[in-house]
Amino acid sequence: MSPAGYVFLAVTLFAIGGVGVLVRRNAIVIFMCIELMLNACNLAFVSFARMWGNLDGQVVAFFVMVVAAAEVVVGLAILMAIYRARKSASVDDANLLKY
Amino acid sequence: MIHVLAAAGGGTNLDAYYDRAAFWVLAVLAVGAAVTMIFMRRAVHCALMLAVVMLCLAIMYAMQGAPFLAFVQVIVYTGAVLMLFLFVLMLIGVSSSDSLVETIRGQRVWAGIGGIAFAVLLIVGIGHAAIGTAHSTSAAEYSSGNLTGIARLIFTTYVFPFEATSALLITAAIGAMVLAHRERTSPKPTQRQLVRRRVASRQVAPEPPPGVYALHDSVDMPARLPDGSTTDRSVSRAISQRDVDLGRDPQERVAADLEAEKQIEAERQIEAATQGRDD
Repeated sequence: MSPAGYVFLAVTLFAIGGVGVLVRRNAIVIFMCIELMLNACNLAFVSFARMWGNLDGQVVAFFVMVVAAAEVVVGLAILMAIYRARKSASVDDANLLKY
Repeated sequence: MIHVLAAAGGGTNLDAYYDRAAFWVLAVLAVGAAVTMIFMRRAVHCALMLAVVMLCLAIMYAMQGAPFLAFVQVIVYTGAVLMLFLFVLMLIGVSSSDSLVETIRGQRVWAGIGGIAFAVLLIVGIGHAAIGTAHSTSAAEYSSGNLTGIARLIFTTYVFPFEATSALLITAAIGAMVLAHRERTSPKPTQRQLVRRRVASRQVAPEPPPGVYALHDSVDMPARLPDGSTTDRSVSRAISQRDVDLGRDPQERVAADLEAEKQIEAERQIEAATQGRDD
């Protein structure tokens, strides 16, 4: 399969993740959708690396994975702190700054 | 297997056929799981669907000549990150499903339309871009020295970003510890205080477990106390909530059981009376 097919798949997955972020209210599910978008980016990076025949794209995908892991750790800790304060994981309930 | 998969890009015609078939199966599986993930109400089901997508992508990395990334995808993403998600889900409460109330009117519809429009925009843009076929040297380079090549790049060209990620990971770990740590606002109760509290609650013995005096050994049935009455204290709140969700009523069954027991007792007495007459 040519790299173009993989890039189209990556675009589709990225758009699905974006819709998920917009539609869902549960903060953990929103995080999962962000992970889906990051994974789609990784797939595109690996496809482009194969297209150019060098490994730079794979190294960038590796760095994306590292940053995503760090982001998930901090994000889930923030979620737990919010859950303790507000007793809810919904993004609609974190509205103290609104009023 | 990975060598075979990696060589498939520039191999014979049959290899290309298998490669294409595997791509389409995995692509349909990944997109289907991703769409299902968006529409699943329970967060645990979403996490499982995300695992399916991630495993599909891992196989695709292997097919594209990135065996190292394929293993990292399985070990780090599916193994560690997704388990972290499940851990936090269990801490927050598995039953926390999404509310279906729209806070902004028409948000879902417009989000769907915007997402489709975004996908079409990107697909059209990429369709116009000149994405060539796989590089001719890629198959040989990838299948043999993938790990060596990545290591060489990380420790020469990308050595400073690599060092920066180590700082980032340490900061993230400390940040997570600081955020998840909870200060104790009240002093820890001593053994003496615990005993006093228990005596003051007038329930010195443990709570009645299910099945000891009960007619059933199911955990959602209320226990029977020695005086014959039933108590709800033996049933966990989570289980009684599940009974409500499923539309079951254990109390009704208890009442029916007591009724049946009375009837059995009456029949026994009648039987004993008739037997006595026979004798």
